Amino acid sequence: MATVNIDLHKSVGEYAHHDDHHEEHHHHEESFITKYIFTEDHKMIAKQFLLTGIFWAIVGGALSILFRLQLGFPDANLEFLRPLLGDWITTQGKLDQNFYLALVTMHGTIMVFFVLTAGLSGTFSNFLIPLQIGARDMASGFMNMLSYWFFFLSSVIMFISLFIETGPASGGWVVYPPLSALPQAMPGSGLGMTLWLVSMSLFIVSSLLGGINYIATVINLRTDGLSFSKLPLTIWAFFLTAVLGLLSFPVLFAAALLLIFDRSFGTSFYLSEIYINGEPLHNVGGSPVLYQHLFWFLGHPEVYIVMLPGLGITSEIIATNARKPIFGYRAMIGSLLAIAFLAFIVWAHHMFVSGMNPFLGTIFMFLTLIIAVPSAVKVFNYLATLWRGNIVFTPAMLFSIGLVSLFISGGVTGIALGNSAIDIQLHDTYYVVAHFHLVMGSASFFGMLAGIYHWFPKMFGRMMDEKLGYVHFWITFIGIYMVFFPMHYLGIAGFPRRYYSWTNFNAFDTFSDLNAFISTAAIITLSAQLIFLFNFFYSMFRGRLAPENPWRSNTLEWTTPRFPGHGNWPGKIPTVYRWPYDYSKPGAKEDFIPQTVPFSATPESNLPHENEMIELEKEFAK
Amino acid sequence: MSTVTVSKKRSIWDGGVSPLNVSYGKMMMWFFLLSDAFTFSGLLITYGMLRYTHPAYEGDHDKFTFSTEYWPIPEKVYAAIPFIEGHFPLVFVGIMTFILILSSVTMVLAVEAGHRMDQKDVEKWMLWTILGGIAFLSCQAWEWSHFIHGEAPGTLMPDGTMFMGANLIQNQYGPPAFADLFFFITGFHGFHVFSGVILNILIFYQVATGVMHRRGHYEMVEKVGLYWHFVDLVWVFVFTFFYLV
Repeated sequence: MATVNIDLHKSVGEYAHHDDHHEEHHHHEESFITKYIFTEDHKMIAKQFLLTGIFWAIVGGALSILFRLQLGFPDANLEFLRPLLGDWITTQGKLDQNFYLALVTMHGTIMVFFVLTAGLSGTFSNFLIPLQIGARDMASGFMNMLSYWFFFLSSVIMFISLFIETGPASGGWVVYPPLSALPQAMPGSGLGMTLWLVSMSLFIVSSLLGGINYIATVINLRTDGLSFSKLPLTIWAFFLTAVLGLLSFPVLFAAALLLIFDRSFGTSFYLSEIYINGEPLHNVGGSPVLYQHLFWFLGHPEVYIVMLPGLGITSEIIATNARKPIFGYRAMIGSLLAIAFLAFIVWAHHMFVSGMNPFLGTIFMFLTLIIAVPSAVKVFNYLATLWRGNIVFTPAMLFSIGLVSLFISGGVTGIALGNSAIDIQLHDTYYVVAHFHLVMGSASFFGMLAGIYHWFPKMFGRMMDEKLGYVHFWITFIGIYMVFFPMHYLGIAGFPRRYYSWTNFNAFDTFSDLNAFISTAAIITLSAQLIFLFNFFYSMFRGRLAPENPWRSNTLEWTTPRFPGHGNWPGKIPTVYRWPYDYSKPGAKEDFIPQTVPFSATPESNLPHENEMIELEKEFAK
Repeated sequence: MSTVTVSKKRSIWDGGVSPLNVSYGKMMMWFFLLSDAFTFSGLLITYGMLRYTHPAYEGDHDKFTFSTEYWPIPEKVYAAIPFIEGHFPLVFVGIMTFILILSSVTMVLAVEAGHRMDQKDVEKWMLWTILGGIAFLSCQAWEWSHFIHGEAPGTLMPDGTMFMGANLIQNQYGPPAFADLFFFITGFHGFHVFSGVILNILIFYQVATGVMHRRGHYEMVEKVGLYWHFVDLVWVFVFTFFYLV
């Protein structure tokens, strides 16, 4: 718009400073419905995302136990599950084979999208962005509310699909056609698949509404003094996560729409020359590899959508609890940017065996291996931050360190898998399952848990119990390695993933003990989450009252009252003078200096260039 | 942060102000359009890939006939105009495109009138824009209808029958993918235009009842304007892919 005139500038200026208006009317009484259900307060929306996410995590985890029972104890009689699963238990007391496929599909879908995308990003982006950048709320509270309710609707539909007669979608969480496109191909490709597509379309709308809100909020509503080079790394991570989602989900949307047409209206985008039950289908000229390209153009960035928030949360928690500035702040931002950029140009490494041109495979292999560089930068920065730190082992800190550990052990196998030649052997084996469950699944899950332990006091005004947190951490941490480490051996031995049973292959007999071991470990690990659930809900009501700044942290959210109202700060929004990582600064009185403390108040610890900043601070005070 | 170079001046990115000097609403519209651009890119890449996997017509341009064996030449397909018999390659779609681009011009004038706070002018130009949108949609409806009904005598299908017109399963112009992509992508774009018309009508209503004027600015007109121009821009690409290449 080249002809913006003065009038408009004025009105836009008012938008940016609409905080003052907010203050006037955020004290009015709210009804139950506007406070807890159709709320526009980002903190409550975050809690809604969190609780829904926890619900889905329980469902997703329970599904995994069901199929682990089948894999670990193929001879066991599962008759005792009949009250829960009904006819999905066969007359021989076994898990129905189609239901097994549905279980792995729904486990993947739920964990990737509903827990680690909506549950993780939805919770912490919503909760922390306004609090850490010093904003009264999101740019648009209404759209934020819509974002949750679209997610809720999507959740309801996905949940309903678990209970229909033909079962939920069962073509794997990637729903490749032609399996997913032909309702007659398997029971799970019928109504379950339709509901999956409807649910995911709503999910994409939700993530889009949330994402543009996060981006606009971070760009427009940072408080006075908070430049991008002073942002906490959490905000950087959420910001880039939102950008990734904004650019990749629409492509999945396009792919899903085309798939809907192939399924329901007879088009041939992905289908070509197929016989089913001896009958030829009319479809000609489509390309199933096309779907894979479109899907993975989302699917790969999705991995980082899941991962980046965890990395951001970890950066913040490790710096706070090591009582040291984060090592290489700029390198951390740079590596986030690099990962976010590379996320878009490596998707075809999921398709090395799809029949794609091998030359392309080489290019994608090369690009994929480059990701090891920014990832290693992050890992070494975490380690260097911990190095000689004055470490406080809170549960959040333990989970953050656990994340780093999982990120390393899962990342190393990524370098093996990224090689297109090695991948031919390992593709679709348990090696891949082990790799991504460690590096993306468990690591992000640890990020989420770390975030919950760390920001629980801000969310609910109470502390979670530390002892239970330690028990929860150690069982989970050891348990996860017990589950996923042996899977590498299974994968190298050639065990394919998603198989109902391998007892027919004599070669795999020697591994049946290992499988039983994995399943046992999985059950124990999942049971340990009950400790967390108890701790979470008990502390919400009965926990020790939280002080205003329990972790002696620098960031802005700890300058709010114990129960921040809608609007977050009762008076003026604080001004920011310094970066968020002034921990253990030489000469300082305390081992932390919050972002709101001006350099003029800390002459004893200022570095030479910071003394020069004092001049500038006077401008901020105006 | 010892590497920071200190500048004594406050930067616009130092917080407290909107650095790009746009309201959050307009920024969100921009980001939404960016996102939507990726949806359309996905669809147009699909078009490119499927078209590339089908053989092109090799023979003499004048001797071209429809066949399911190869991708048709677009100007042979889109060559009809309403009420007049004869062969007018791409004339009708050219008119459609012109109408849509004209409606973008009237939208610019509406936004400009909004800056002048001239309610009457905003109403006038919004109305023209809405009419342009409806005209485009009507043209598209006619084109779809003609495409669906086809031209006698039709084309021989692989199963030996003659088929006239087009649907999602077969068509007389070329391989099934040709009609599938035509229906899907122009349909998806048409749905965007339709949504735009609805949005324009809502905004027009607000303008006409003076809501915008009391608010003191016409920024909403600008926001739907952005959307409208985007839909136009997408049409340029769709037009290029389907009709020209």
